[in-house]
Amino acid sequence: MACFLVSVAEAAVVKVMESSQLKKEVKLAESNELSEAVTSDVKIPLSRKLKWLSNLLLGGSVLLLFEHIWHGEIVPWFPFLTAMNDPADMAEMFKEMATVGVSMAVLVTIVWFAMCRVADKIVSGDSNEAKDL
Amino acid sequence: MTLLITVIAAVITTAVWYKEKDRDYKLDFLSLMLWGASIMWFVDAIFEFAELKAEYFNQAPMDMLNDAFLGMAVLALALVIWVVNLLITDPQGRLKKKLSK
Repeated sequence: MACFLVSVAEAAVVKVMESSQLKKEVKLAESNELSEAVTSDVKIPLSRKLKWLSNLLLGGSVLLLFEHIWHGEIVPWFPFLTAMNDPADMAEMFKEMATVGVSMAVLVTIVWFAMCRVADKIVSGDSNEAKDL
Repeated sequence: MTLLITVIAAVITTAVWYKEKDRDYKLDFLSLMLWGASIMWFVDAIFEFAELKAEYFNQAPMDMLNDAFLGMAVLALALVIWVVNLLITDPQGRLKKKLSK
């Protein structure tokens, strides 16, 4: 009914975090340009990882939004969600958001977290190999 | 069917992204979008399966056809979003070069 709205809300928060993190990283890179080049390990920036999460959440939500339009659950006029016209449907919609919607957002986040761990391992493995040489 | 079509498309896109050398087609964007939708539909399928049990696998042919049609439409939308994003961001400046000729 409107389960994807939970993911949209999470994506909005992630997008804000991503842009603030990107600003921080740019500032840090400008101030530590020389020292970082010598001392730091190769790492995937957090802003890039957050971009992966926002793409997963927003991309998925847009395609689910289309599915809801296909099934007539979303209409182009107020209140946009057909379930909002009937209190019984509204209760069911909120229940679906709390169960299916939250589960979707949680599973996407878990997959993203695992993806980041694997990517970090691959990148740090590469940099360790380079050090050994 | 929608879930199956999206998962297959996500796997193919990821494989092409992995093979791509220059990474200038922004296939990471397309594959993340498709994987996001696949995960969400997978959760939806689990909840539906919990409700319908074995009946979940005995869908009427017309429902399956409608679902397959929806899956193809979703895939078309994902491709349109990807190509619009590719043209707007224009990572290698190819569009700019073509237009300025």
